[in-house]
Order: sequence, then structure tokens, then C-alpha cells
Amino acid sequence: MTDQAFVTIKNAAKSFGKLQVLRDINLSVERGQIVAIIGPSGSGKSTLLRAINELDPLTSGEVWLEYVQINKTLPHRQHEAHVNQVRQNIGMVFQHFNLFPHLTVRGNITLAPRMLKGLSEADANKLAEEQLAKVGLTEKIDEHPSRLSGGQKQRVAIARALAMKPKVMLFDEATSALDHELVEEVNLVMKQLAEEHMTMIIVTHEMDFAASVCDRVLFMDQGVVVEEGPPAVIFQNPKEERTRNFLRKHLSR
Amino acid sequence: MGLDFTVVPDYFGALLMGAGWTVAITICAGLLSFFGGIVFAVIALYGHWALRLPVRAFAFLFMGTPLLLQLFLIYFGLIEVGIDLPAFAAGVIGLGLHFAVYNSELIQASIPAVDKGQYEGARTLGLSRGQTLRRIVIPQAVRAVIPPMGNNMIALLKDSALVSVIGVMELNLSAQQAISRTYRPFEFYLAAAFCYYIINLALEAGLRHLERRIAASR
Ligand SMILES: Nc1ncnc2c1ncn2[C@@H]1O[C@H](COP(=O)(O)OP(=O)(O)OP(=O)(O)O)[C@@H](O)[C@H]1O
Ligand SMILES: [Mg+2]
Repeated sequence: MTDQAFVTIKNAAKSFGKLQVLRDINLSVERGQIVAIIGPSGSGKSTLLRAINELDPLTSGEVWLEYVQINKTLPHRQHEAHVNQVRQNIGMVFQHFNLFPHLTVRGNITLAPRMLKGLSEADANKLAEEQLAKVGLTEKIDEHPSRLSGGQKQRVAIARALAMKPKVMLFDEATSALDHELVEEVNLVMKQLAEEHMTMIIVTHEMDFAASVCDRVLFMDQGVVVEEGPPAVIFQNPKEERTRNFLRKHLSR
Repeated sequence: MGLDFTVVPDYFGALLMGAGWTVAITICAGLLSFFGGIVFAVIALYGHWALRLPVRAFAFLFMGTPLLLQLFLIYFGLIEVGIDLPAFAAGVIGLGLHFAVYNSELIQASIPAVDKGQYEGARTLGLSRGQTLRRIVIPQAVRAVIPPMGNNMIALLKDSALVSVIGVMELNLSAQQAISRTYRPFEFYLAAAFCYYIINLALEAGLRHLERRIAASR
């Protein structure tokens, strides 16, 4: 393949039993591009995101990260090893943070680099400090997650993902579980990542954020990409009736 | 003839020694029951059937029969197949495995109760299933059942008196020996009860301390 994008999804389809959740989705994300995925609840946004790192493997279709097919068909054991390997390159941030409560902030950040990349304790500590500085939480390094606010938890979760030096970051409604006043601190961290040209795919219900940060917006409904384009077009001048209906409800809030 | 506790101090050293053995056997069997409980739980939940079936049969045996009988089996029965264990080792193994089965039941229930997001958080970072289980799921599942496992430890301490039947010189047997020399059962059994009570208080204080320490990490 010559004109390979950074993240490529080809003819993706996904069913849970009889329920078809994704239908024939195609998506190419260039290096450094920031793509927002918007759409009504149940439209398949999370499922698409989770297909990229094989949390919810596709029923058919392909997912590529550069020149590596993520969802290769392999014998079980090799498949496990392959998936564990590619996941190290794909950071993911969840709505409910999924920090490890039994570990300190430091432990959360250093666990994977130490186990999977064999970093020494000193190097891992340095890495944790660097990543925490980035999200502005250096002083929380020895706290347990239970002592942090929601916004702080999410920033630690981002630092944890970044510590693996991922090539792409996936965000699944990173601010949806946060109290209103805590949303901005997380958005700021994401904006900063955008300025550093991190490749990002962001599922969000925050249209203002998508409009101000993203290069492209995908509108999904009932498992298909209904419309995609630059935020200016999607938000101000959408072609599809379904997009207009959705935006009318969400922008008027 | 009334109660006469003046005989007790003569056997103070022997009782203290017995209390020491009781503490030792409780710690050793407690550790075995803790780690054994984790291993049994993991096998019960994820093990190949060739491993799972014998472990289940074993658990059934240990839950369905008296501990006393299990101690006899391990100490006297195993000699017939050429395994001649010292009494202390037989006591630790019997008590430890017996309570490992109970701890395993607790952990088997708490592993599936760990939030699905914890698996996803770990797997997304690139951890394998085994690594996720070891470093993320089991530590949390164990923390969740520290209070009931603590109750098992207290039961273990009390049941450790049973290993006197295979001749471990622990607290109960020390008291019995003093009685056989002095014919003062009430005094020595009371003295032994008092010692158990003190050890129990220490164990409970330790467990409470542990619970407080892990409170932030749950
Ligand atoms: N593990 C699963 N098993 C069965 N059905 C599922 C599973 N996960 C998702 N679904 C279904 O797939 C559809 C798409 O779900 P998905 O979570 O991708 O939607 P979404 O666009 O992220 O919605 P929301 O905005 O509410 O997060 C829904 O109908 C959902 O019920
Ligand atoms: Mg979703």
C-alpha cells in the first residue's frame, strides 16, 4: 500500500449477536490529525473507537495503524501477543477514567512502562514526573486515585496513556462523567495535545470543543457515518437532514 | 477445695512456649490459606478442567469433612504412602488448606465483581490477560474481601487448638500437660483461654490496622 494513512478503517462492520452496530464504515486519519466523532446515543461511536484497539473486535473489515493491520486473523496465542503489542501504540481514555484504585498515581503511570518496556524504577519515576507535569499534577504523584477530583482523575488517566508514548490517542467521552466546572481542565490538556500534533480520535458530546479543536468531524447515526467534513461545514452547513436534526437538539442546549 | 491459681506461674514458661507455637502455626497456616485461597480461586475460575476438577473435589472434601479428621489424614494417613510429615508441618498444611478453601470461595466471588473498566484500562495499555489478572484484578479482589478473610483468620487461630491432637505442643496441649501434672484443669484451661484471648485481640488489632491502611486504595 502506498498512500497509507496513519489510522485506516476499511469496510468495518460489527454485530453484537443479531444487532448490527456498525455498517460499512471507512475512515482514514492522517498523522497529527484530530477527528471528532459525534452522533446520538447508541449510534456506535464507542464501538467504532473500541474496534480500533480490539476491545470490541470487528465482525468484518480491517483496521490499520500505519503499515500494521491491527485486526489480523491469527491463531489465538499469536493474536493475543499481536494485540498486546499494537495496543502499546494506542492510548485510550475512558469516560469513567478506569484508574487502578489500589495503586498510587505513580503506580498507575509506571505500571505498563515498567512491565512492558522494562523501564528501570528510576526511569519510570522520571517518566511519571514528566507526564504529570504535562497535565499539571506533579504534586499528586503519591496520592491514590480515590483522593482526586474527577478532573484530576481524568488528567492522570491521560498521563498514564501518554507514558506509553502512543502514536494515536482515543478519547471516549472523556469529560461526560465530570461535573461541569471540571470539564475545562481536561479540555485544556486535550488542546495542548492537539498543539503538539498528537493524532487523536475523539468521541464527544461537546460540540464547541469539537469545533474548536478538531480538523474533521464525523457524524454517525445507526451504525453508519452519515456525513463527515471540516467542523465549519458540519456545524454550520450540514448537507444531511439527520445531521441537521441532531445538531438542532445539541447546539440549542 | 477452691480455685488455686498459685500453681499457674510454675508453668508460665511452658504456657508461653505453647502460645508461641500457636502464634507460629497461625501465621504459617494463615499465609498458606491466603496464597492457597488465591491459587484455588484462579484455578476454579480460569483453570483447565484437568486442574479445575481435582481442585473442586479437594475443596468439596475440605469443606464437607471435619478439620480434625483432615489433620489425622495428613499426619497419620500419609505415612502409609511414605509421606512422613513432622507434626508442625502437618498441622500447618491441614489448617492452611482447610481455610484456603474458605478464602478461595470469597475470592472466587470477588474476582468477577471487579469493575469491567479495570480490565479494559489494563488491556488497553497492552497488558496481557495474565498480567492484568495478577497486577490489577487479584489485588483488588483480595482487598474487597479483607474483612471476611480476617474472620477466617480468627477462626483459624481458634481452630489451631485442634493440632494438639497430632502432638504439636501448642497452647492447648501445653495447658493439658500442666493439668495432667497438677490436676488443676479449671485454672489451666482458664489461663489458656486468657492467652487465646490476648492473641485474638492482637490479631484483630492487626486486621483493623490493615483495613484502615487499604481504605484509600479501594
Ligand atoms: N457489549 C455489547 N453487547 C451488546 N450490545 C452492545 C454492546 N456494546 C454496545 N452495544 C450496543 O451497540 C449499540 C451501539 O453502542 P455504542 O456504545 O457504540 O453507542 P454510542 O454511540 O457510543 O452511544 P453513547 O453516546 O450512549 O455512548 C447500542 O445499541 C448498544 O446497546
Ligand atoms: Mg459511547
